[in-house]
Amino acid sequence: MAKGLPIRASTLLLLLALPLGAIASEEPRLDRAPIDPQDTISIQRGARVFVNYCLNCHSAEAMRYQRLVDLGLTEQQIRDNLTFATTKIGDPMGVAMRKSDAKSWFGVPPPDLSVVARSRGADWLYTYLRTFYRDEKTATGWNNLVFPSVAMPHALWELQGEQVLKAEKQGEEQVNTLILQSPGKLSPLEYDKLAADLVNYLVYMGEPARETRMRVGYAVLIFLGVLFVPVYLLKREYWKDVH
Amino acid sequence: MSKAQALLQWIDDRFPLSTLWREHLSEYYAPKNFNFWYYFGSLALLVLVIQIVSGIFLTMNYKPDASQAFQSVEYIMRDVPGGWLIRYIHSTGASLFFVVVYLHMFRGLIYGSHRKPRELIWLLGVSIYLCMMAEAFFGYLLPWGQMSYWGAQVIVNLFGAIPIVGEDLAIWIRGDYVVSDATLNRFFAFHVIAVPLVLLALVVVHLIALHEVGSNNPDGVEIKKTKDPVTGKPLDGIPFHPYYTLKDLVGVVVFLAVFSLIIFFAPDMGGYFLEHNNFIPADPLKTPAHIAPVWYFTPYYAMLRAVPAFLGSQFWGVAVMGAAVLIFFFVPWLDRSPVKSVRYKGPIYKFALACFVVSFLWLCYLGTQQPTIAATWIARVLTLIYFAFFLLMPWYSRIDKTKPEPERVTD
Amino acid sequence: MMIRAEWRGKPIWVVHRTQEMLTDVRKSDPLLADPNSDGSRQPEYAKNEFRSIQPEYLVLVGICTHLGCSPTDKLQAGPASGMDEGWLGGFLCPCHGSKFDLAGRVFKDVPAPANLEVPPYRFLSDTRLLIGDDGKGA
Repeated sequence: MAKGLPIRASTLLLLLALPLGAIASEEPRLDRAPIDPQDTISIQRGARVFVNYCLNCHSAEAMRYQRLVDLGLTEQQIRDNLTFATTKIGDPMGVAMRKSDAKSWFGVPPPDLSVVARSRGADWLYTYLRTFYRDEKTATGWNNLVFPSVAMPHALWELQGEQVLKAEKQGEEQVNTLILQSPGKLSPLEYDKLAADLVNYLVYMGEPARETRMRVGYAVLIFLGVLFVPVYLLKREYWKDVH
Repeated sequence: MSKAQALLQWIDDRFPLSTLWREHLSEYYAPKNFNFWYYFGSLALLVLVIQIVSGIFLTMNYKPDASQAFQSVEYIMRDVPGGWLIRYIHSTGASLFFVVVYLHMFRGLIYGSHRKPRELIWLLGVSIYLCMMAEAFFGYLLPWGQMSYWGAQVIVNLFGAIPIVGEDLAIWIRGDYVVSDATLNRFFAFHVIAVPLVLLALVVVHLIALHEVGSNNPDGVEIKKTKDPVTGKPLDGIPFHPYYTLKDLVGVVVFLAVFSLIIFFAPDMGGYFLEHNNFIPADPLKTPAHIAPVWYFTPYYAMLRAVPAFLGSQFWGVAVMGAAVLIFFFVPWLDRSPVKSVRYKGPIYKFALACFVVSFLWLCYLGTQQPTIAATWIARVLTLIYFAFFLLMPWYSRIDKTKPEPERVTD
Repeated sequence: MMIRAEWRGKPIWVVHRTQEMLTDVRKSDPLLADPNSDGSRQPEYAKNEFRSIQPEYLVLVGICTHLGCSPTDKLQAGPASGMDEGWLGGFLCPCHGSKFDLAGRVFKDVPAPANLEVPPYRFLSDTRLLIGDDGKGA
């Protein structure tokens, strides 16, 4: 997870230089997610993408809307921009779709995404969101390089556009590249930024206590460092009469 | 008489409080040369207390039901004030409990703390280790993640591998044909009350047995043999309180700093303390691609995988794994060396000990990795080395060239 | 093509086998530890060449007979399943590497000791299966 601007910029440049999703056959190489967990504005943008594009199918039952005040939003802002219709501010991010319906429509119910960033990891999610491609052979017409035969269609296709797979043999290795066949509403660079924001939000949602945890951690370690001095000196004083 | 003294007298007339204080703390004489390896006993007791207290707070909000368990853990992480801290304390504490206990056992092996008259202390200690393994196993099912579920499924199936009774035994343990809500509920009961009670009882008996004979020390010298003619106290001994209460307090502060570093900055420990797959709710229909037990079980897991099927049965792997743990019970009688401490033992013992440590650590690593053909053969060799350390000990500890044990401690 | 269902909390697989797959089933015999299913659990109507009532439909309990993990389906032959050239299609258990063929029969030299279990089942019609009850008593 990159923190400084130079690292983020050079990562983006590197990504531009490489054909998107060029991988060798077996384990897909993952791109580094260029996210800064302390960038609350990026997380706010990611929350907006999540609520508008993901929350139709994927629930996030462990995440309450009210918690988003962590990101510097007021409850009214959350109500106005991030909730729909009858949702109350203390409600968790649920979906109306029933699991049984979802199973018969998709084959497998869309998993709850509350802690997906802790099981899959930011890099996997970032790569996943950017490596969907058109595939006539699947039920949805979409496939994905890091999750072959995934049951999920490309929910963000209007923004990214449509990619196709170009598979070629370079000597012994099978190399797959993705080519952007029809552009979406966003340029590739803008889409990558959106994906990064969304992943940043998913990471935040996976563990909202993260920033607090580290802040308390500094205080505790400083306290223990200070405590060590009198405790050690006291021990040494008593032990002077031994030997 | 002050009010406080009067109160103490009232209690002493009814309960041996002052006597216990004197016998076990202010006038309990311990060797004065305890070193770094001697911190881990008191630290183990500290971690036990930490686990119990954090566990109590967790049970206030955890729901031991297959349809609610996973969510209730996330509820604790997000909606219970400070819940995230309690959860991380408990998960980190579990792993650190094993780190501390492994180092504590290692201390015993190197200084001969299992030798006469301390065999019973050692046996009680190995029993505590077994209880810890059971406690960790039962506790791990509770978050009801993928690793929780499939780890439990595989381990209970190990019991199913026992000939004749296995199948029925596995159903009896699980309460169902597969790991399910029934299993979760009973594992919760074992983890929260049954095993902790046994653990506490064993720890108390372990400490009473220790105080009966007195502690060993890095030189393996029996300090009670040389007493001051006037006071009757061991010349090389010092009262546990205040010397070791204060020294252990320093150890506690350092330990808490390490503990805090992990809890606040790396609670997942790269997926070793909180495994990535365990953030996926349990799915009885789908096994994750890589399952392995938590790191503190992986040495034995590596052995289990390394043993091939003999006579069409998987039971041999289970038997080897069981033997690898149970063999610790026999150490007091396998060690035939004339001296207690590694300081006075010869080159053969030192070499054997080094081999044992390397094999244990390497097996621990191999157990976390996928089994390739090469890795399986290495695991087989390491398993043989592990057992050789114990099984050949009666022989090499006797022929080893030892140095004479001193009369007094050397530090 | 495979459907997953659940019976008694256990994963049940219903595999639709093509003619090609059925031919491959015959070819697997020399690689197997128990090609005639003498040591495994299945109803008598599944103790045959294809371990099923109708050859096109295989019904199995999807639990590895080693230590209870659920094997991954690798139904296609060769590299299409991510396996090597000689792979004729079947199942691979991710936990300790046990392999089973397209009739759920266990390979030689793998940790699993027996073929995959076939549950009791019967056809209610050409397109409906009832798992767990074959009308033949308990």
